[in-house]
Amino acid sequence: MADVKPRVKIPSSAKAGEAFTVKTLISHSMESGLRKDGDGNPIPRQIINRFTCEFNGTSVVDMALEPAISANPYIEFDAQIDAAGEFTFTWYDDDGSVYTTSNGIELA
Amino acid sequence: IGAGGIALLAGTPAMASAVEEAIAAFTGGAEIGESGIEINAPEIAENGNVVPIEVSAPGAEEIMVMATGNPSPPVCRVSFGPAAGSSRLSTRIRLAKTQDVLAVARMSDGSFVQTTRAVKVTIGGCGG
Amino acid sequence: GAWAQIAARQQLTQDQLLDFDTFGNVTLIHVTDIHGQLKPVWFREPEINLGVGEVKGLPPHVTGQDFLKLYNIEPGTPEAYALTYNDFDALARTYGKMGGLDRVATVVKSIRAARPDALLLDGGDTWHGSYTVLKTGAQDMVDAMNQLGVEAMTSHWEFTLGIDRVTEIVDSLPFPFLGANIFDAEWDEPAYEPYKMFERGGVQVAVIGQAFPYMPIANPGWMFPDLSFGIREDRIAEMVAEVRAKGAGLVVLLSHNGFDVDRKLAGRVPGIDVILTGHTHDALPEPVMVGQTLVIASGSNGKFVTRLDLDVREGQLMGFRHKLIPIFADVIEPDAEMAAVIDGHRAPYEAEMSEVIGQTGSVLYRRGNFNGTWDDLICNALIEEREADIALSPGFRWGPSLIADTPITREDIFAATSMSYPEAYRSEMTGEQLKIILEDVADNLFNPDPYYQQGGDMVRVGGMGYRIDVSRPQGERLSNMTLLKTGEAIDPGKTYVVAGWASVNEGTEGPPIWDVVENWVRRQGTVTIDPNNSVEVTGA
Ligand SMILES: [Mn+2]
Ligand SMILES: [Mn+2]
Repeated sequence: MADVKPRVKIPSSAKAGEAFTVKTLISHSMESGLRKDGDGNPIPRQIINRFTCEFNGTSVVDMALEPAISANPYIEFDAQIDAAGEFTFTWYDDDGSVYTTSNGIELA
Repeated sequence: IGAGGIALLAGTPAMASAVEEAIAAFTGGAEIGESGIEINAPEIAENGNVVPIEVSAPGAEEIMVMATGNPSPPVCRVSFGPAAGSSRLSTRIRLAKTQDVLAVARMSDGSFVQTTRAVKVTIGGCGG
Repeated sequence: GAWAQIAARQQLTQDQLLDFDTFGNVTLIHVTDIHGQLKPVWFREPEINLGVGEVKGLPPHVTGQDFLKLYNIEPGTPEAYALTYNDFDALARTYGKMGGLDRVATVVKSIRAARPDALLLDGGDTWHGSYTVLKTGAQDMVDAMNQLGVEAMTSHWEFTLGIDRVTEIVDSLPFPFLGANIFDAEWDEPAYEPYKMFERGGVQVAVIGQAFPYMPIANPGWMFPDLSFGIREDRIAEMVAEVRAKGAGLVVLLSHNGFDVDRKLAGRVPGIDVILTGHTHDALPEPVMVGQTLVIASGSNGKFVTRLDLDVREGQLMGFRHKLIPIFADVIEPDAEMAAVIDGHRAPYEAEMSEVIGQTGSVLYRRGNFNGTWDDLICNALIEEREADIALSPGFRWGPSLIADTPITREDIFAATSMSYPEAYRSEMTGEQLKIILEDVADNLFNPDPYYQQGGDMVRVGGMGYRIDVSRPQGERLSNMTLLKTGEAIDPGKTYVVAGWASVNEGTEGPPIWDVVENWVRRQGTVTIDPNNSVEVTGA
């Protein structure tokens, strides 16, 4: 899908073992498959169906999304780390596309 | 007052059985407790297409969310890994009409808890 | 006659109205819901203000004789005139108009003479509601409130100026525009300052601001698309804890929640000493106590100023003294500096505002859960000017009154209609759609849980009657919907031509409502409104 922009907000550093908030947004229409076009033909479903966040290869969250998730999915959760490293965020599209972005974080 | 919001109220009532079946599939038919899980959501949705919800169940390994009044109730299912800082998720969902949002959590000891929260979806239009 | 008028006014003096035995160490001054009314107005309080569920029969859901009895007020007195609808037309002729920001300024100055560090707080619905607000982008109100010396405010109709103008004004304000419950819709982060700490009388006073929670539902969300509101009870609790941790000895919630929402909130969020409530336009001569929390309702349209003196010691509220000061415009001397600010803003528009459009043969008022004569007039105008079967006029609570046999000026019409989305639409709706709309609005008013209410009154309906059982759930309250011109029952499958105004939908088309009303009034010459018996209320 064209024009899919992932965005992530995390702090630049965090204290070991202390939870902090991670916020993510991705621009995506989340076409539910329940709508019809102007001629009355059903518009095929095309959504982000899975989102994962990993830190240095360890799972933070793994989420299965349904068409009831709003357009431009917003996902917020908490993470905690014991070392500096890298978060990897991945969104899986119905059409097979995979969007990914990574953010490094320091220990405070 | 505007006619534009009326479409929000349309849609077929969800089959209660669809919700029950999804819960049974998630729990394997286990008994479900009612404490230790919370849904936070606006009392009245500002826009039925974008309703912020937050589910949290301290100690949960996985949470499933359903919109019991949507034509298709499933919303999402999230599992929390070793690097999660809590068992909490915020997201934004579509609600076809006024209804209960339901969340079920699988705790680390294998037990289940669930809760609901009423969200009103309104046409709106007048103020003081 | 004139003699009675003079005698009555002589009973009242400015000293008497301002008389107050200064108490404790902190003074709060509260004004709210002024709705652009710089000049004195007539304002008739509601005859019907029903409470449902747990608040049935509790203030502010007490009106008329019951109100007078509850608060020990003699009928026919200035207090009775200010606080109830009874004998409104006659008492208005005796006691005159109320409000006017120049009179309010005199009162504020007098309080500050007794307590120089008195804290002046504005509950919002300030930058809205008049001809000059519309023409100046509310600069008239901004300048007047700055002149008054407001120290913090919260908001509702302010946002209908559009986010760009709001931002421009907020950036210019010498005081904070508080809204703990306003978040950016994209990243869910606080969009405005949640609170401000003031040191007064040796006490750290925390003022937490709570904007109208249902902003994008009750008003056009497209005018401020990046903001999200809501009651956010958890957020308020968090802010109370935060200010207490910072040493607040007194916690004040400057709120635009509406009375019933604030009463519920007071019972659920501990640690708030005072809630200065707004939005529902209630004027109560005494605080309502919810546990240890004082809930204060200061009226609307500049009609009242609340003075609240507090004794705060060692982080605890030990006692209070309260007065809801009625602003009798003929008794309180206008403040010259404020009068100059007001006149300066009005001068360029004086000629067009003062033009007489017609006469009213009836009292014109708006407040009441189901109808008011101002909205009856607007509905009549909509039906005739827009050739409709049925008219809908929103259940706004703002808009001053007119007494019988007086002129209707252009300014009067704008005081009842001025807003930034005035288009008078004309559309077709089925009987079923009408029922859905009315049921939806009724639930926003009569849901037994205040957190699910929005604080407006019922949408006013012209050309159609109905029966409403306010005690039923949504979908079951309305029955007997009848098209008045034929006496026939409304057919769910039939289509009706409906005219209305103030749609929250973007792109609504039609002439501004004030033109519709002006054209109609001009044609009538003298407008007389018949008693409205088209809504039959049960379950109250
Ligand atoms: Mn107001
Ligand atoms: Mn308001």
